[in-house]
Amino acid sequence: MTTAALLSAASFFAMACVVLSMLLCTWRLMIGPSAQDRVLALDTLWMCTMLLALLLGIRHGSQIYFEAALMIALVGFVSTVALAKFLMRGEVIE
Amino acid sequence: MSSVEALPWWAAIPVALLLVLGGLITLIGATGLARLQSFYQRIHGPAIAVTLGAGCILIASMVYFTVTQSRLVIHELLISVFVLMTAPVVAMLIMRAAYYRDQRESRNEPGDQTIP
Repeated sequence: MTTAALLSAASFFAMACVVLSMLLCTWRLMIGPSAQDRVLALDTLWMCTMLLALLLGIRHGSQIYFEAALMIALVGFVSTVALAKFLMRGEVIE
Repeated sequence: MSSVEALPWWAAIPVALLLVLGGLITLIGATGLARLQSFYQRIHGPAIAVTLGAGCILIASMVYFTVTQSRLVIHELLISVFVLMTAPVVAMLIMRAAYYRDQRESRNEPGDQTIP
């Protein structure tokens, strides 16, 4: 077993785990009893998407995916803050 | 199929371990989000476990690119610092919003409108 095969298997396992986490988040997003559950599921979903982009970068040996992950992190943080503020006050910009 | 580059053994084993650990911790956090009973229990999964899993995968990515490119590649540190800074902030904002909404619902004032 070479190191390339080991890393390929490890990154495939991590990607399978992250995709399964995304499925669980989507399930919570659909059944969530209250709005805050859905916002929390969306927050976890963007975190998992960022991890998936990083894992794709490792798997393809490319640095391009890093910038996609950085953008997803920035936009996801802003969107979650806006949604949480909307849940609390009923409006985003006062 | 995949084009994972060959690393020396001393680097490949930590990277593989960190990848497996990060994936498993992320899965545990998402399982907590899906399975726990109330909202205040569910928020622990994403806020703690998924952040730790993200840290593991980011460290693995840093080690991998540093060894394959034979130079110090630490720009994943940007995402690490950003996620570590924003995860508590996001958890606190969502928890505060949920607490206010619960309070508002229990008071049940007629003038208040809640988003279902």
